[in-house]
Amino acid sequence: MAATVKYDEVEVGQEIPAADYPVRRINLVMYAGASGDFNQIHWNERFAKTVGLPDVIAHGMFTMAQAGRFVTDWAGDPGAVVDYGVRFSSMVVVPDDDEGTVITVSGVVEEKLEDKRVVVALTAKCADSRVLSKARALVQLS
Amino acid sequence: MALNRDFIGRASAPSAPYEVSRVKIKEFASAIGDNNPIYRDREAALAAGHPDVIAPPTFPIVFSLGGGALLADPELGLNFAMVVHGEQRFEYRRPIHAGDELVTVSTVTDIRSVGRNEFITVKSDVTTVDGELVCTTYNTIVERGGAG
Repeated sequence: MAATVKYDEVEVGQEIPAADYPVRRINLVMYAGASGDFNQIHWNERFAKTVGLPDVIAHGMFTMAQAGRFVTDWAGDPGAVVDYGVRFSSMVVVPDDDEGTVITVSGVVEEKLEDKRVVVALTAKCADSRVLSKARALVQLS
Repeated sequence: MALNRDFIGRASAPSAPYEVSRVKIKEFASAIGDNNPIYRDREAALAAGHPDVIAPPTFPIVFSLGGGALLADPELGLNFAMVVHGEQRFEYRRPIHAGDELVTVSTVTDIRSVGRNEFITVKSDVTTVDGELVCTTYNTIVERGGAG
């Protein structure tokens, strides 16, 4: 395992530039198939509305995966992410059109720990709402 | 309907071993839109010091989906139509790689009401068939209106 980011070159408070991750219905269908989560709220608008949702919503795990991708892309080696947790604070509503929606993820180095590990605090937003809270990744740097 | 508190502390039987394949990792990586070569190209994974392609951090959801059998037990009283994901965490000892044969044991660690919603937390230990702990996952799901 070898992160491309060096511990000594990282400072607390350092920001990791935001990245946009577009989400369309096709992405949710692919995620349902790959993950095995076929809950209808993630692909069936009729069903989603009968259970009180505004429209089809993304799998929480899909959103978590996007923020995870943000960290692994930063670290260089996905194996450097040794602990990753989130709370799902708001829904990602995905309309059935060509644009879908966008999840924007940004991060900040919150803490430097022993053994060249750092805590990255993540912010994920969609349509002006924070869709993840308490999102933290522990990353093993070089 | 309130969830059955008798389930707190209840553990699942060990799962049948789940064999992690390169094909499944690639499919999962594609589904999350991640083109990282360490998920797809064995040479790239070896160059990064891994024994084979590794899985994205959230991959264990594929085989540890909330402790399946525990949550599906009718005695628990969970209405899946009203379920949304509350919290999720993955704690790694090492990355999961293709070729791993993984056994999951899930335990209900908490059930609580927050407002009108029911929260249930399941901890899953993921080990190799040889008993090496690879990853522990913590999954909290919310049954909307369950406590109402």
